[in-house]
Amino acid sequence: MPSSKLYFEDFHIGRIFTLGPKTVSADEIVEFATEFDPQPMHLSEAAGKAGILGGLSASGWHTSSMFMRMMIDSYLLASVSEGAPGIDVMEWRKPVLAGDTLKGRSTVEAARAMRSRPHIGIVTLNHELENQRGEIVLRSRNSIMFRRRDAEDAA
Amino acid sequence: MRMIELYPAGHKVETGSRLFTAEDIIRFAEKFDPQPFHTDADAAKSYVFGGLCASGWHTCAGWMRCFIDFWGAEVERLKAEGLVPPRLGPSPGFEELQWLKPVFAGDTITYSLTSLENRHLASRPGLILNVGLGEGINQKGEPVLRFKTKILEFVTEKTP
Repeated sequence: MPSSKLYFEDFHIGRIFTLGPKTVSADEIVEFATEFDPQPMHLSEAAGKAGILGGLSASGWHTSSMFMRMMIDSYLLASVSEGAPGIDVMEWRKPVLAGDTLKGRSTVEAARAMRSRPHIGIVTLNHELENQRGEIVLRSRNSIMFRRRDAEDAA
Repeated sequence: MRMIELYPAGHKVETGSRLFTAEDIIRFAEKFDPQPFHTDADAAKSYVFGGLCASGWHTCAGWMRCFIDFWGAEVERLKAEGLVPPRLGPSPGFEELQWLKPVFAGDTITYSLTSLENRHLASRPGLILNVGLGEGINQKGEPVLRFKTKILEFVTEKTP
């Protein structure tokens, strides 16, 4: 029996899933950077101000990881996702600074059946995150695999 | 000196290795990617990967950490040789990222960077865009991660 979760068929072209909001603290930025990206502008406000990013700024990998969490909370945990093979494009367009609040959206661009795995469909999504000033800070596109409801109905 | 002088197109450097423990995998995933195959070793057995494996973003973050440590050592090496190291800026992003195989608890990933291309940015004088191939392979030699990374470089004077 199919569950009430989101299946491939629910990702119709043009459907929008909202992401966030999420406020990014200085402590989170420093904690991530200490473990994975210990560059001065990700570790101290003073070093950030002295550089071209203009303040204590999140590692792009941290912003990407927070973006992942927003997708999880918005629709991935509520879906029958089978994972993603990768990311076509990731643009870190503006610095994410301590205190910024991020929100955005994932929009379904395309959805197609998978020939080699008939019970799976592939959904291509465009993603955007913006800060509290409405500036786009992250833009990305990728494809995610979801189980098909019609395949489960037939089973 | 410039990145292109240090690493001509096609030149590959191994940047380091990182062990992915179950504890590290779960700690990262609980913050950023709490799907059962990243947070629960028992639940992971019933999913397609068959065991506890790292979030793809965790695998990427490991690449970054190895590059930062490698680059810090390179800067010191160049200075000791009396050379002016390239001055790197922030990255505008990446393209064509593939998570090729799961990274399981206990795996050690060895990361590398291969120079691909290098050009001055017409829109931002004084900045050079370097494109490189970032990769990770596990202890069995299987590729687990591949992406095209973009690194900005400030144009600097040739001599100290």
